[in-house]
Amino acid sequence: MVIQNGKTDIKIKAESKNLNFYYGTHHALKDINLKIIDKSVTALIGPSGCGKTTFLRCFNRMHDLYVGNKYDGSLLLYPENINIISSSIDPIEVRMRIGMVFQKPNPFPKSIFENVAYGLRVRGVNRRSQLEDKVEESLRKAALWDEVKDRLHGLAFNLSGGQLQRLCIARALANDPEILLFDEPTSALDPIATAKVEELVTELKNTVTIIIVTHNMQQAGRVSDHTAFMYMGELIEFDRTEKIFTTPGKKLTEEYITGRFG
Amino acid sequence: MDQLSKEQIKKLIRSHKLKDNIFEILGLILLLCSLLVLLALIIDLSTDGAARISKSFLTNFPSRFPDKAGILSAWVGSTLVMFVTAASAIPIGIAAGVYLEEYAKKNLFTAIIEINITNLAGVPSIIFGLMALGIFVYKFNFGPSILTAGLTLGLLILPIIITATREAIRTIPSAIREAAMAVGATKWQTVKHHVLPYSTGGILTGIVISLSRAIGETAPVITIGALTFIAFLPNAPISTEAPFIHFDWIFSPFTVMPIQMFNWVSRPQQEFHVNAAAAGMILLLMTLSMNAIAIYLRIYFRKKIKW
Repeated sequence: MVIQNGKTDIKIKAESKNLNFYYGTHHALKDINLKIIDKSVTALIGPSGCGKTTFLRCFNRMHDLYVGNKYDGSLLLYPENINIISSSIDPIEVRMRIGMVFQKPNPFPKSIFENVAYGLRVRGVNRRSQLEDKVEESLRKAALWDEVKDRLHGLAFNLSGGQLQRLCIARALANDPEILLFDEPTSALDPIATAKVEELVTELKNTVTIIIVTHNMQQAGRVSDHTAFMYMGELIEFDRTEKIFTTPGKKLTEEYITGRFG
Repeated sequence: MDQLSKEQIKKLIRSHKLKDNIFEILGLILLLCSLLVLLALIIDLSTDGAARISKSFLTNFPSRFPDKAGILSAWVGSTLVMFVTAASAIPIGIAAGVYLEEYAKKNLFTAIIEINITNLAGVPSIIFGLMALGIFVYKFNFGPSILTAGLTLGLLILPIIITATREAIRTIPSAIREAAMAVGATKWQTVKHHVLPYSTGGILTGIVISLSRAIGETAPVITIGALTFIAFLPNAPISTEAPFIHFDWIFSPFTVMPIQMFNWVSRPQQEFHVNAAAAGMILLLMTLSMNAIAIYLRIYFRKKIKW
């Protein structure tokens, strides 16, 4: 979908309309209306328990793995205009198109190669040459190739925490996702590894739409183009990142940004 | 509260450490007691039976003459029965465990199934024997055969395998399932590529331990009518002529190791008691080597997986 914004056209990749989410009886997301802009980084910030991770996990229907969760409203994926959370859409189809990187690196106890190739194997690709090409390409995109090219068939667990997280990014990239979801990807990493992941996010936005949940406001400021501030399950403010961090429109946003609560 | 003085802190630590040490020593003593009893049993069995163990003891059929009697039909019977037990209980047990852990919705129906599995594990083995006598021997007309014994023992160990499978699957962090599902894997792909491979160690351990329990079971096998004296072997399962694999052995009458032992122990002659001790040693050896395999498997598979 394309919307007019002054002189330039802005392409929208996804949009939530009156999105509500319930964990059993707990109303975790309340009428979220948000547009995700194509090929850009959108940061979700807010204090713990505000619903940012819950919102993120709606995009790939991760909530479907557990019982008692309920979606309401719509979360549209463009250009097809399909409602991701509708029960008529197979969550597997959604996950084939929208990748995710988790808070704690969660590699499979398999080789580095098999970790990256797994998405392709799930899609029925078994030709060695095809797998090898894609694994190399993905590891290069994730800035990990030079560090692991000599031990592709060694166990993934022997990598450091930061390398593991980049491996998980490579695993997601191997499936050519249209949207990549990052759930606090650096919260378990040291500053150097964090810097590498952030650099990666900035590079990746040229090819893929990124949504990143973060606790770290400096991180949101560094990597994102747009920022959404959430509080108690509601979207308080959404705007360009510079705007949110310099002249926020809402008092609550300003208080959170300046560290008066959260 | 006032701050504790240095002397008071030292006194407190001393008394805590004393309790710590007392528990450690007590635990060690109790452990040694039970180990000593086991050791005494093994030594007693060995001193009685060691002299009787020879190649002919393993290759002779039972006989009226104690020095000619052997356990050929018993160990062949035990092996074949274990084969049927494993072939029936392992696939069903693993499938049931995976279903309950990964697929089943938590509702009244699955709750009832779960309670029944737990109860089944506590049912005395002779009850399984009586049930098998009614169902397998008479209703299905399997007779007192290897098939009947194998299926009976299979039912007996089914709850153990189901529980072991579930326990093993439960140790896999949900982060791994999420990782697989997030790249688009179906539930079955997640089970096949991740859940089962990563829980193999735990499942195999459970299987081997349950089989080593089944091999020592006597009551249900007697109940279904296993022979106590048998001087022939079932037809071989494999032959050099077509069709190479035969299944008529499963309907053959049989005996197993514990029954052979029981039979010898109940004879009045001292020489047969020696035979029983020797057979006991072989049975113990079979069980212990199965447990050793279980330990090895557990270590082997643990080494490859780290969360």
